[in-house]
Amino acid sequence: MLTVKMSVNGKPVSAELEDRTLLVQLLRENLRLTGTHIGCDTSQCGACVVHVNGVSVKSCTLLAVQADGAEVTTIEGLAKNGVLHPMQQAFMDNHGLQCGFCTPGMVMSALDIVKRNGSAVDEATVRKELEGNICRCTGYHNIVKSVQAGAKSMGG
Amino acid sequence: MAENGVGASVRRKEDNRFLIGKGNYTDDITIAGQTHAVFLRSPHAHATINSIDTIAASAAPGVVAIFTGDDLAADGIGPLICGVTVTSDDGQPHRAPVHPALAQGKVNYVGDHVAVVIAESLSQAKDAAELVEVDYGVLPAVTNTATAADEGQTQIHEVAPGNLCFNWPFGDKAAVEEVFTAAHKVSSLELINNRMVTNPMEPRAAIADYNAGTEEITLHLTTQNPHVHRLVLSAFNQLAPEHKLRVVGPDVGGGFGAKIFIYAEELVVGWACRKVNRPVKWTADRTEAFLSDAHGRDHVSTAEMAMDENGKFLALRVMTRANLGAYLSTFGTMVPSYLYAFLLAGQYSTPLIYSEVKAVFTNTAPVDASRGAGRPEATFLLERLVDVCAADMGLDPVEIRRRNFIPVEAFPYQTPVVQCYDSGDYHAALDKALVLANYGSFAARAEEAKSRGKRRGIGLSSYVEACGIAPSAAVGQLGGGVGLWESAQVRFNPTGNVQVFTGTHSHGQGHETTFAQLVTEQLGVPFGNIEVIHGDTAKTQFGMGTYGSRSLAVGGVAISKACEKLIAKGKKIAAHALEAAEGDIEFADGNFTVAGTDKAMSIEAVAFNAYVPHSYPEGLEPGFDENAFFDPLNFSFPAGTHICEVEVDPDTGEVEIIKYSAVDDFGKLINPMIVAGQVHGGIAHGVGQALLEGCRYDSEGQLITASYMDYAMPRADNLPSFDIDYAPTDPPDNPLGVKGCGEAGAIGAPPAVINAIVNALGVKHIDMPATPETVWRAAQSV
Ligand code: FES
Ligand code: FES
Repeated sequence: MLTVKMSVNGKPVSAELEDRTLLVQLLRENLRLTGTHIGCDTSQCGACVVHVNGVSVKSCTLLAVQADGAEVTTIEGLAKNGVLHPMQQAFMDNHGLQCGFCTPGMVMSALDIVKRNGSAVDEATVRKELEGNICRCTGYHNIVKSVQAGAKSMGG
Repeated sequence: MAENGVGASVRRKEDNRFLIGKGNYTDDITIAGQTHAVFLRSPHAHATINSIDTIAASAAPGVVAIFTGDDLAADGIGPLICGVTVTSDDGQPHRAPVHPALAQGKVNYVGDHVAVVIAESLSQAKDAAELVEVDYGVLPAVTNTATAADEGQTQIHEVAPGNLCFNWPFGDKAAVEEVFTAAHKVSSLELINNRMVTNPMEPRAAIADYNAGTEEITLHLTTQNPHVHRLVLSAFNQLAPEHKLRVVGPDVGGGFGAKIFIYAEELVVGWACRKVNRPVKWTADRTEAFLSDAHGRDHVSTAEMAMDENGKFLALRVMTRANLGAYLSTFGTMVPSYLYAFLLAGQYSTPLIYSEVKAVFTNTAPVDASRGAGRPEATFLLERLVDVCAADMGLDPVEIRRRNFIPVEAFPYQTPVVQCYDSGDYHAALDKALVLANYGSFAARAEEAKSRGKRRGIGLSSYVEACGIAPSAAVGQLGGGVGLWESAQVRFNPTGNVQVFTGTHSHGQGHETTFAQLVTEQLGVPFGNIEVIHGDTAKTQFGMGTYGSRSLAVGGVAISKACEKLIAKGKKIAAHALEAAEGDIEFADGNFTVAGTDKAMSIEAVAFNAYVPHSYPEGLEPGFDENAFFDPLNFSFPAGTHICEVEVDPDTGEVEIIKYSAVDDFGKLINPMIVAGQVHGGIAHGVGQALLEGCRYDSEGQLITASYMDYAMPRADNLPSFDIDYAPTDPPDNPLGVKGCGEAGAIGAPPAVINAIVNALGVKHIDMPATPETVWRAAQSV
């Protein structure tokens, strides 16, 4: 057992964990932040993407202890005072989600894509960059549109 | 049109909770005191179980209980069932081997359920499962669809000699034979329909809780049809009486068929929670999903078309071997029979069709419905064959289709394979698709690609499908064990807001929005005051669930019928209150008015009056709450033409989809934004089948594609954006004028993609998935 401390969505948290606990388990089971999902066991699907110190990370592939001392943001940390983040709003406006299972990971990855590629990111780049996030419902058409629209509104 | 009513692309009500991480999927549910279940699965495809030793495992830390098939049998917990009977050519019903939820003496596929370990934590359950010792007597495995029923193969089930589940001929064999003998030309094709793993992104899960006080089991499940689960688990598996079993399908992360069926894990977890008197939770990891979700497709077929000198289709003959896996899944028998052979007419007026389906058992996971279910198999076969016919006759693929389409004036059109299409205009969809795809200028684009060393191809697929499943009487005649109506309850609360209870289940389709649009349109209540509730047997009266693109075409009509009843009752209440004759009351835009006057009463005021009936029509029941059941008159027949343009790199075999155009007939659209999303997703699923997805077992029955590293799912960079449009017709057999749209893309896409690749390469055929290796080999062969 070991003690892990970090900030999650701006709040300090501390937990006693088995060494093998994954970050996604800490989030889902200990903190009950169930917006972060588990869709695979080979680090392929991206349903579990969160931000660790501002960088998108597959939380199924990181031990919780590796995030010790870090600032973690999950899907639950994006909306402020009941107002959706522009990227969340873009997904709603562009029907970028159906069953919603891949959605938290998609949104968290999208923010990282915008951060690295700017608000005018083109379709081909978005498609390339979303390679680590699988969606079975949407055919990606509207996810790509959402990411571009969200990027645009984030850019002002 | 009401604001946010029919035809508006209203933003979805369900999105907010998903976007802020507040969805409530089965694995998100935690019940105080819960235990965790892990299933011990067979590592062998085919083996006897000589013994199971659980002594060491039972003593492992945290273990609460370990159960095997004997424990289930001792409690009389029944085997899993298949709900549809197909009569074999010997006049006997299909062969149905016993399908125990936990193995009894024998395992028949890798992933088959041997025991369940229940422990305080998931990791303890996993650790303990490794300590269970099973002594297997390994037997040779049968995995090949084409040869499973051949002589000399290992027998899997005693009740199914030759590994044959059924041999099901349909049509007039001799008449077809005669036409073939005399025909000007016969074109033929051998093809497979590749096995797929459905792969909704949320893995299956179940959490069961037994209340010793009320003696009720509550089972939260990843289900597309909670009431069907409850019915089968009660009536056939003896889990609990129906009134003591509550099944809830909370938010479900995609289904596509895979979550229709009643699975072993669900039954076992439901039973075990009473046994250990603690909540029991199980969630599949992705490997388990690959091993134990019902798979889809897996056909090997020969198709032949007889034509006259003008390329007119005279007769079609189809011989298919369909793999049903090791056991029959809930609807396994129906998929390669009624949902397949009855679609073989396609959009064509082929007068004679004969098909023979041999369904076989193999040592692989059970096979059942997967997005499209039988119809993609029929469509792929037919639309590939039509292109071969075109090539053999020296006709353009467009021209041969035009010559054989059922003309618009022939509707309703009785096909030779049971289905009677109620509406369609196949030329209109084709014409529109050709424009959308710039078909006319393709040659120039092909030239240009050639100058870059690439090969362009264009392919089309004109599909029709039968969904909106289905008229109960038809289902009964065909051997189905259920009625396929749908139910709805529309309840006004005294304060005027509305709760709509539907027996369908939404797992991505956006029913909470679409159904609210129907109600706002019909009753004039503001969209924001309408809440759609589904997925809980304790809340909704009954329902058959969501599959076969039936929710709007069947469930939507039930809602509309309930609304009609409310309007009829409201007229009586308004007449009394407004002191007018009932016959003089009109209803529009949420108001009851006395014809020709300005006397009016809102539907909300009527509702209030119905709950506070101080002054009220004599003899009328209080309350403003109606339910309705709707049994469809016919299937729904969406159709359309999809056109795919690809560029093939002959040096690498890589295929790029340059443009994908789809023109579909879904009748009237309630929410065009949602419909487009369904089309996009369906096309991606179909492109996945065509280019990427292939489920493979090796000859020993090991699943060699059991993760996303080995099974290629379509990803964003495998696909283009899609160009879609509609060519609607009005289906007379549907009261709302709607057709299903959820599966069309998965049905239309595979042949469009493969026809394009075949066109690019100038070969006769290429099997799916057309991976770079397959395409490269084909490119080298010409
Ligand atoms: S759950 Fe992390 S990548 Fe799939
Ligand atoms: S919305 Fe269902 S998996 Fe993406």
